[in-house]
Amino acid sequence: MKLPVKMTINGQSHSHEVEPRLLLVHYIRETVGLTGTHVGCDTSQCGACTVLINGQAVKSCTLFAVQMDGANITTIEGLAKNGDLHPIQQGFWEKHGLQCGFCTPGMIMAAHQILERYPKPTEDQIRHQLEGNLCRCTGYHNIVKAIQWASEQMAGKK
Amino acid sequence: MATATERLFGKSVKRREDPRFITGRGKYVDDLKLPGMTYAAFVRSPHAHARIKSIDVAAAKAHPGVIAVFTGKDMTGVNSLPCGWDLRKAKNIPGVVQDLVMPPHMPLTSDVARHVGDPVAVVIADTQAAATDAAEKVSVAWEPLAAVTATEKATAPGTVQVHADAPGNVAFKWALGDGAATDAAFKTAAVTVKKRIVNQRLVANAMEPRACVARFDEATDELTLWVTSQNPHVHRLLMCAFVLGIPEHKVRVIAPDVGGGFGSKIFLYNEEVVCSWAARRVKRPIRWTSSRREAYMTDAHGRDHVTDAELALSSDGKILGLRVKTTANLGAYLSTFAPAVPTFLYGTLLNGVYGIGAIHVEVTGVFTNTTAVDAYRGAGRPEACYVVERMVDAGAAALKMDPAELRKKNFIPKFSGAFQTHVAVVYDSGNYAGALDKLLSVFDYKKFRTEQEAARKAGRLLGVGFSTYIEACSIAPSKVVGALGAGAGLYESGKVRVHPTGMVTVYTGSHAHGQGHETTFAQLVADELQIPIEQVEIVHGDTGSVPFGMGTYGSRSASVGGTAIHMSLDKIKEKGKKIAAHLLEASPKDVEYVNGQFQVMGVPSKAIPFGAVALTAYVPHNYPEGLEPGLEETSFYDPSNFCFPFGAHACVVEIERETGQVKLLRYVAVDDVGNVINPMIVDGMVHGGIAQGVGQALWEGAVYDDRSGQLVTGTMMDYAMPKADMLPFYETDRTVTPTPVNPLGIKGAGETGTIAATPAVVNAVVDALSPLGVDHIEAMPLTAARVWDLINTRSKKG
Repeated sequence: MKLPVKMTINGQSHSHEVEPRLLLVHYIRETVGLTGTHVGCDTSQCGACTVLINGQAVKSCTLFAVQMDGANITTIEGLAKNGDLHPIQQGFWEKHGLQCGFCTPGMIMAAHQILERYPKPTEDQIRHQLEGNLCRCTGYHNIVKAIQWASEQMAGKK
Repeated sequence: MATATERLFGKSVKRREDPRFITGRGKYVDDLKLPGMTYAAFVRSPHAHARIKSIDVAAAKAHPGVIAVFTGKDMTGVNSLPCGWDLRKAKNIPGVVQDLVMPPHMPLTSDVARHVGDPVAVVIADTQAAATDAAEKVSVAWEPLAAVTATEKATAPGTVQVHADAPGNVAFKWALGDGAATDAAFKTAAVTVKKRIVNQRLVANAMEPRACVARFDEATDELTLWVTSQNPHVHRLLMCAFVLGIPEHKVRVIAPDVGGGFGSKIFLYNEEVVCSWAARRVKRPIRWTSSRREAYMTDAHGRDHVTDAELALSSDGKILGLRVKTTANLGAYLSTFAPAVPTFLYGTLLNGVYGIGAIHVEVTGVFTNTTAVDAYRGAGRPEACYVVERMVDAGAAALKMDPAELRKKNFIPKFSGAFQTHVAVVYDSGNYAGALDKLLSVFDYKKFRTEQEAARKAGRLLGVGFSTYIEACSIAPSKVVGALGAGAGLYESGKVRVHPTGMVTVYTGSHAHGQGHETTFAQLVADELQIPIEQVEIVHGDTGSVPFGMGTYGSRSASVGGTAIHMSLDKIKEKGKKIAAHLLEASPKDVEYVNGQFQVMGVPSKAIPFGAVALTAYVPHNYPEGLEPGLEETSFYDPSNFCFPFGAHACVVEIERETGQVKLLRYVAVDDVGNVINPMIVDGMVHGGIAQGVGQALWEGAVYDDRSGQLVTGTMMDYAMPKADMLPFYETDRTVTPTPVNPLGIKGAGETGTIAATPAVVNAVVDALSPLGVDHIEAMPLTAARVWDLINTRSKKG
């Protein structure tokens, strides 16, 4: 049995008939073909699959695709606008916030939510809010620095 | 056109690979989708140890969308996964006390499953969902057997046998050092300390789970395997020559973007062999991606040693002797490099940075019903460092000496060239006191001890821990490792192709899965050729384009792989000089390469730019007699020795009395990795290494239930990965003692943090608890429960 689902991803409308058990992350990766969103675990710990759903950072492995009918989703591929990197993406580059790059899309999407909640976050706030995203390469040091850098840039622009 | 550039060696150049990763355009194996692709799902043993009575695949085969189901019995003509390190007396391998037993490790086991997750069948289907559903329908009649998982129980009398040909579950026995001299040292000692030191089993947990895509092309008889590998050529060689018996030149292995490895992606695994074999049969590409649950059950684990160590000291704190007896758990099967890890990567590092009088180490490798154990970041060296650094602290405590003072008293004096240790290896260069002095000054040690005294009076449990570590990297001189049992040479290749326009493509046999080769290697090339970095492209991870390669592990990429590139660049410049000399009507010996141009020595007006020489090499109309056209050079660099990075780390912890919770307040690292190409990248690797080392000390551990043999920590919910809010910012600094071993002076930086951090943290916790009478903690991780228990039992005693 397949069900129809229609959603907007990075400004583009997508309609498919999918199995009800299909996870949103697999829909994004396999059905739509946006492979920047990653799968690093099967218990919703790692956060590599984090995307923005109607502006909220959500682990896309925790939802079925069919639940997303009518949703507006942003993935890592949709964050840069007209070829300009988002300040968070720029921050990860400037501050060496990534090594293997696998957790990075999820980290950046989680950081997006953090900076909406706390435009000038403390180090503790950043670290606490990043609890749902695992990285094995950086020891988090430069990820925190990257988010701090982005916060300063975004404050400067306002 | 080539123009002079500023020197990039030593500069924190932003990573050139990052734009694709931060925009979601990295290409990892699981991102690959080929026309006609099929999907694999493995059927695995739910038991730690069980005989397979029968396997019924009929229902699975009938499942809609299923293309094929294979069991071990279908894989005729396929051999065991190889173990690439032999420890046998007949091979004259030093230190062998009892020959290594090498039981078969079949890609799909058909008689007995020997650990939870051991694969017994594979289902291939049109969709991942169909494959996974059908795998549930494979019916295996199991006869569960008793199982053993605990390292110290493996050799106990009456324990179940994991392999019939390994009596007492002993895989090998090995020893190194001078037993008689060590015994004598203990007889003259004023003080001896003996401790049991357990280095628990860890899981690498690279964020990207392992994956492979295998495609067989009937038209060309070629197999292409995309695989999450740290060393694609090694994968190809092992799979072709040892397991499948297929021609190597008809197999292309590609390791595209790989999401971390930490050792776990060095090895040849069952799944990639099965998919490669099956792709020929189903005549369609097959993709397999590990779930995290499968990763915990099947990625090679790390560490798992139980050690009894004894240290002999004089009354004034000189270390006279070290005696070490270790049991190393190898798991159910021998993984690719497993026997090397607890022997030549462990015993040889027990000299530490100290002038120890005598050393003797005995190692027994054992089989258990657990996932295979092999190299995990540091591989043997963290275990050695942990033993040495814990024992040094225990010695200091026994003598009531300051641990930093005891270390200073015993350091090998500053040297460059050669220091012969008691455990075979010869150190390359060192200034161990220099690193500790810098650490103590950055850390402000005296001030801390004053603060600690005040804190203790207020009842707070505050502690400092040191680790003055050494490691062996730049792996490795082929002759040396060959004599020690390695089945491979450990050189590296570097090919430099200068295009007619002066653009440069470099092919390296080393592989980046987070290390940043596309940046650091390009820095080397831009410097040597004095051209803008934008003109340089680094290619790695494809046996179809890279001549050969031994890959990335043992902190070898820059020191071994970088030197191979450096050698090729020298050859390019030599050939360029000949071409330029001809055009300039000068002798090649009078031509120098300055500011991106070949010029007559001291005469910048008589010069030809790099790009013009490159063009001439490909359009050789006016060209030296007898010189081949083209500008492309390949080099293989085989190091003459290992390199030995070292350093001094310190950390401060505070323990909450009521809960036993350990909080890491401060972490300071002074590392000496020789010359540094890109400080930002080296600091990043040190950060990540520290987090893993702290992880082992405080939270991580693979736990098996000893009765059922089940892996208790089988998901990320159960295995405690370090998170952002559990760690502080790290303070990193460096001393620079270049190695004389390679022309770049680079030692290696990939593993230092992991090696140093674990003992630093445990030493700090012991220091914090020392007012309660704690002078040692046998087992890690130092979870709140374990520390709470120590506080309460000791307090009651005290």
